[in-house]
Amino acid sequence: MNWITNYVRPTINSLFSRREVPENLWTKCDNCGTMLFHRELAENQNVCTNCDHHMPIGARDRLATLFDGGVFVEVAVPEPIADPLQFKDQKKYGDRIKDARKKTGEKDAMLVAEGEMGRTPVVVAVQDFSFMGGSMSMYVGNAIIAAAERAIETKRPLILFSAAGGARMQEGILGLMQMPRTTIAVQMLKDAGLPYIVVLTHPTTGGVTASYAMLGDVQIAEPNALIGFAGARVIEQTIGEKLPEGFQRAEYLLDHGMLDRVTKRTDLKDELVTIVRMLMKQPPAIKGDLPAPTADEAEKTEATAE
Amino acid sequence: MTQYLEFEKPLAEIEGKAEELRALARENDEMDVEKEAAALDKKADDLLKSLYADLTPWRKCQVARHQDRPHCQDYIDALFTEYTPLAGDRNFADDHAVMGGIARLDDKPVMVIGHEKGNDTKSRIERNFGMARPEGYRKAIRLMELADKFGLPVITLVDTPGAYPGKGAEERGQSEAIARSTEKCLELGVPLISVVIGEGGSGGAVAFATANKVAMLEHSIYSVISPEGCASILWKDAEKMREAAEALRLTAQDLNKLGVCDEIIKEPLGGAHRDRAATIEAVGKALTKMLGQLDGKSADKVRGDRRKKYLDLGSKGLAA
Ligand SMILES: [Zn+2]
Repeated sequence: MNWITNYVRPTINSLFSRREVPENLWTKCDNCGTMLFHRELAENQNVCTNCDHHMPIGARDRLATLFDGGVFVEVAVPEPIADPLQFKDQKKYGDRIKDARKKTGEKDAMLVAEGEMGRTPVVVAVQDFSFMGGSMSMYVGNAIIAAAERAIETKRPLILFSAAGGARMQEGILGLMQMPRTTIAVQMLKDAGLPYIVVLTHPTTGGVTASYAMLGDVQIAEPNALIGFAGARVIEQTIGEKLPEGFQRAEYLLDHGMLDRVTKRTDLKDELVTIVRMLMKQPPAIKGDLPAPTADEAEKTEATAE
Repeated sequence: MTQYLEFEKPLAEIEGKAEELRALARENDEMDVEKEAAALDKKADDLLKSLYADLTPWRKCQVARHQDRPHCQDYIDALFTEYTPLAGDRNFADDHAVMGGIARLDDKPVMVIGHEKGNDTKSRIERNFGMARPEGYRKAIRLMELADKFGLPVITLVDTPGAYPGKGAEERGQSEAIARSTEKCLELGVPLISVVIGEGGSGGAVAFATANKVAMLEHSIYSVISPEGCASILWKDAEKMREAAEALRLTAQDLNKLGVCDEIIKEPLGGAHRDRAATIEAVGKALTKMLGQLDGKSADKVRGDRRKKYLDLGSKGLAA
């Protein structure tokens, strides 16, 4: 453990405790059954300390683990028109949105933030699976476009963490139209010569994989993440046979040439920093958890980014 | 023989009766049935008019999927000359769910690409019911690149229940193939126009229909998910497809209001399958018109306009 890790622990801890993680509570690993102390699990970014099983991590917690000192600034997302189809199934879409907002405290299923990661200025977008299954809505599309625009404006790479079951059905065709819209965002980054890195997290399926989540310059996935276009049940019904073990999992996709890498969550930050710094032709980074940049340093990196 | 849809059953009865009468008269010279038969014809005609005057979204789905509706091959045969099919993705296979090649429309060379569902059991299986595998999208990408290189406008004819949900399709990157095809649509410096001739099934349709102009046949549909799929997820009951079709706003008319569909091509009374030639002719006219509107625009302009169109989508909603 180096001095940086020693120094930063308290910051990360305070971040998690701020979210009122109940004290003395245990979580059972849904893979190996080990009882894990909440705080320990949070410090390990919700990866089981016994079997390395990757449990879901909240979008905000994800951002906190990535940015130096857990410090980031959110990028504003233009608000789309609400409930464009006046959609109603057994429940009104408007009510579903209200419930999801109440439950998550977020506006919609994508957070965009900018800051420094290993002293490397980046823009990060994180899809929030807990918000209506992360589904791709007009807001999500706007968020990705806003993230790309901000990255271009500040000449930073964009790193996107995907997690979704697909397009949001309640927005009908306008949900589907986020496929071309987000593809344009990726093209804007390409035109600007900026890296676009995708980290696929569990689960990423449907129209999301068939657009921005598969168009990264580098495609990384978290271990055992479910990634695919069609659902396994639908495929089994269609072809009338059982699917092989590990089908549509990250390692399976890696074997089939669909990904560049499968990387443990706890190694992601260092790896992302390494990759984007090389693609941006920046010198090697200082590794490890860095404290939040001081105002001075922030200005300096800002200046080099110009 | 006309294949009747479920909601057309009363019509089938009347038209059947008229036909029976006439058959009887053919066998027996003494019988004069024409007056009676003509009355039935009139009744059938009125019923057809009233049935199609205001089709519910679910009925439109059925019309859009009607097996006798003209398919991609029919449009290519009738509207284009010198059609030269081009095959394969140069990597794995030739996907028969997707057909395409260079051809002439009004003597002008174009690239035409479309989903083909097939017309009988044999061809339907061969065409995989219009459900493309990754190779189909990669073939389309290759053909679009070829068109771009030589400055030929691209025409896509969309008619698919969706991308094929298969083991191999997933293993060979179904989602990546669709994403790249959509990306290619957006990169083209040549005009891309698209006509939804039947079913526009989700991502499988987007991969072809991310176009400068999207036209839809009057009773075609274009949707994020099939009504059956939506019903089973949101209503937890696949039988609620009528409600789902209603809620999804998947008709050409609603999509036109939302700005996703630029033009509605009128179908003959009773749907495209009742007068295939007239339908094909109407599509041909629309193609010529849309191509004309994009004629002479620079590559940057064509690309820029297409991007702007999609970035601006979603500024209008629908009232309940
Ligand atoms: Zn475990």
